[in-house]
Amino acid sequence: MLSADFVIATAVAYVGLLFVLAYFGDRRARSNQRSWLHSPWVYTLSISVYCTSWTFYGAVGNAARSGLEFLTIYLGPTLVFVGWWFLLRRLVRISHQQRITSLADLLSSRFGKSNRLAVLVTIIAVIGIAPYIALQLKAVTSSIQAVAGASEFGRGSLTGIDDVGLALGVAAAMALFTILFGTRHVDAKEQHHGVVAAIAFEAVVKLAALLAVGMFVVFIGGGFEQIFSDAAAAGVRVDAENTFDVRWLTTLTLSMAAIVCLPRQFQVTVVENSDENHLRTASWAFPAYMLLMSLFILPIAVFGLAKMPAGSNPDMFALTIPLAFGQETLALLAFIGGFSSATSMIILESIALSIMVSNHIIMPLILRFGSASRNGGGVTGLLLFARRLSIVLILSLGFFYFFFTRDSNALAPIGLISFNGIAQFFPAVIAALFWRDATRRAATAAIATGFVFWFWCSFLPSFASVSPQVVLLLEQGPWGIAWLRPEAMFGLEGLDPLAHAAFWSLSANVLTLVIGSLLTSQSALERLQASVFLDVFRTNQASGGNFVLGSATANDLFFVVERVLGDTRAAALFEAEARDAGVDPDLLEPSPEFIGRLERELAGSIGAASAHVMLSKVVSGSDVSLEEMMQMADETQQAIEYSQQLEKTSAELRSTAQKLEEANTQLRELDLQKDEFLSQVSHEVRTPMTSIRSFSEILLHADDIDQQQRRKFVSTIHQESLRLTKLLDEILDLSALERGERTWRNAPIDPERALDRALDVCEALLRQRNVSVEWGRRSGAALVEGDPDRLCQVFINLISNAVKYNDTANPVISVSTRLRAGHHLVDIADNGPGIATGERKLIFEKFSRGAQAAADQGGAGLGLAISRQIVKRMHGSLDLVQSPLPGACFRVRLPVLVV
Amino acid sequence: MSGGSKGGYLATDIVIAEDEPSILESLEFILRRAGWSIHCVTDGDAALEAVRRLRPRILVLDVMLPRRSGFDVLKHIRADTDMRPTPVLILTAKGQQQDRRIAEELGADAFVTKPYANAEVVGAVRQLLGEGSGSA
Repeated sequence: MLSADFVIATAVAYVGLLFVLAYFGDRRARSNQRSWLHSPWVYTLSISVYCTSWTFYGAVGNAARSGLEFLTIYLGPTLVFVGWWFLLRRLVRISHQQRITSLADLLSSRFGKSNRLAVLVTIIAVIGIAPYIALQLKAVTSSIQAVAGASEFGRGSLTGIDDVGLALGVAAAMALFTILFGTRHVDAKEQHHGVVAAIAFEAVVKLAALLAVGMFVVFIGGGFEQIFSDAAAAGVRVDAENTFDVRWLTTLTLSMAAIVCLPRQFQVTVVENSDENHLRTASWAFPAYMLLMSLFILPIAVFGLAKMPAGSNPDMFALTIPLAFGQETLALLAFIGGFSSATSMIILESIALSIMVSNHIIMPLILRFGSASRNGGGVTGLLLFARRLSIVLILSLGFFYFFFTRDSNALAPIGLISFNGIAQFFPAVIAALFWRDATRRAATAAIATGFVFWFWCSFLPSFASVSPQVVLLLEQGPWGIAWLRPEAMFGLEGLDPLAHAAFWSLSANVLTLVIGSLLTSQSALERLQASVFLDVFRTNQASGGNFVLGSATANDLFFVVERVLGDTRAAALFEAEARDAGVDPDLLEPSPEFIGRLERELAGSIGAASAHVMLSKVVSGSDVSLEEMMQMADETQQAIEYSQQLEKTSAELRSTAQKLEEANTQLRELDLQKDEFLSQVSHEVRTPMTSIRSFSEILLHADDIDQQQRRKFVSTIHQESLRLTKLLDEILDLSALERGERTWRNAPIDPERALDRALDVCEALLRQRNVSVEWGRRSGAALVEGDPDRLCQVFINLISNAVKYNDTANPVISVSTRLRAGHHLVDIADNGPGIATGERKLIFEKFSRGAQAAADQGGAGLGLAISRQIVKRMHGSLDLVQSPLPGACFRVRLPVLVV
Repeated sequence: MSGGSKGGYLATDIVIAEDEPSILESLEFILRRAGWSIHCVTDGDAALEAVRRLRPRILVLDVMLPRRSGFDVLKHIRADTDMRPTPVLILTAKGQQQDRRIAEELGADAFVTKPYANAEVVGAVRQLLGEGSGSA
């Protein structure tokens, strides 16, 4: 029989072996002799840290309880490694470029270097992983108990120690191991070559152990077929009823997420990766490893169910079957295998988590509040201290979870709780890699929302075995709200609790991410990082990997310059430089002067800081500092703001252009009117000018003209000159009236008096033309608002028109005034030819005279236009109305002032 | 209003159609002094009537005439087989390129812009009548 002391001693010795392995692995890595460490096989084996004691012990138990469901835990990662190879490659490439050290770092970097997001991810990871660590503690504890056996238990060093004490011991020992392994020094890239070597070794050990047990079982069971037929005879049914149900889908999804998002998987697959090409090997070798691991699980489970005493814990079949058949060495090997799988998981998981906790939580706190950080020398020590503290914290959390849930038996369900928690990062990771528009706020909200659902629906119910309050909560909901019951949210009942929790948490998570990203916008830095992540392959295609330190090839420079300036301009710059240097463009060695010139060229497009950062990155291969990054982001932000301003300005310009076009159309119309006006003015001026010129010439050249005729000609010249003057006066008058320039003062006046004055002025004309005036009725004194001289001018114009255009034998004009509807009306009618219907509107236009008007009636046709403008200024109107006489009748209508 | 006529028994050399009295007076004076017999009208209808009745050797035609525009008169003359050969001298105060083009299209023989030099009108008439210069 194996004694507990012996088992523990073996475990300690095994850990010692691991330590030696890790130590020499580190030595080799440091001296750069990494021949076998730098192998894709070591990388692949280290990824198999995925297979923990959950798969070593728990898978058998799971197979015994639920049949083939255990396979999904292997299928998910297989799908990712075989089918989503591109996702892992992208993840590795980005992480190398951006020096990503953890999942929290990855998400924070992609979403604008948000430390808040990193803290959130870290906290959720630590809480989410606690059940998983507890699972390992439970497995190791159970395995020690199982191997040491009831017979020996209670003797030796384990006397008086129960499983909780044992688990505490295991946890403490694991913390110590991990601190010794993982925090001996701090690597800038967070790579642990020695640890990886040890993990790879453990991977071989656990596989060998499980295969040995499997082969032993097949041997004593008489072959696969025999085992299954014996089991069937013994009444064992491997439950296959719910194969491929919703639970399958759930565990498949969760395990796919886990292989990417579990902190230790991210650590080995991404951070510890030293060569992207290793993924090629891992993409088939890791699934093959898992296939081998799962090969004997069903036979062991079925054999155990058939042959082991009823009530045996199926999780421990791998140990108890060899023991039952007296194979202590095999049992010890199986124990070491299970121990291997547990230690590798705990060591790596706590290293990965401690990096997150120390980098994103403890160090920022120390840097903010502590003074030790002021001198740079202490930072490494401080970092190591933070790591060690984190490891103790993480294992403590694992232990407490174990302590509170120790009454639940199965291993697999505990692991799935962790898987579900960690899966909350999955949507954000996918978005980080493939969705350019995903925003920081949306990602943060999504992870937080998913976490809350997970905590409520999955984490909390796992305490049901120790807490009656939790049981009550599960049955009735908080404050009796049934639709908030953790395992029947929003009335979704009857679903498997795991599927239920995964459904709600992931749905809420994805919805929040998608809707949030559509509703919120990215900061400049986020946009920058998004393109760094999304364009990771585009950026590197031309330069072919990392820049060589301290040198820059023309090719590298060209690639950078081309991205900013475009192909043509970049090519022109490089060709010119090559011509000056007298070499082939492909062989160009960039001189510092040339790089300086390129920087200035780039600065013109993207700003000085960005240009400097871009080129110095290419030239020296150095990293970009946060400060430079922020400056770059600021410039980008400025550029965005500037372009928004431009957009706004161009919109304004468009509307201005439209207004201008309208104004232009109006101006064109006015221009046409002006042309017409000028043409008419020209005509009106030319007419008197013709007479003046003609008569002047006659008088100049003809001496034989008698005195009387000569006097007549001079008189005509004089009259025509007056006519010209009057015409120009009228044009100016009308123009001023139309533009409203003339200072116009309206005062209360009596229109009757203005009319009397006008008739007095016209008396000579009336007498000359022998026109008689007939008075109709008169209104009597009235008050209107107006200018008396101007109103008189209107009446004179109307009377003289009535006289001038009247060629009847007995010319008569009729004048009458009256008050009607608050207006004072003056009608001036004549018995002349009247105005043809077609001309009734036209006569008020400038330079228009009735067709009847003969030239000797004088005037340029501006009189009525001017009169109408004047009356309008007095708020009245001048119109043609029905005449009491055969001829025309004009009416002046002015509003009467209320006295 | 009608201008002075020499009477029916003498052949009329020139019909002047012009509505501005002072221009008509000066035209009549200078053309009569050049030795031609003149008949004056002051509107478009009268111009047509005078050309049809008197068969002048030339019509001096203002464009802006009351009742019927000068261009309309010209059009009628060119459309009438009897009157068609009558040479027409167009007078216009607008003097724009467009008026000149219309006048040419309608078949005017000469075009004089107001204000004109007296010699210009006399020269144009003399040329249309085919009389050499030098005649007083």
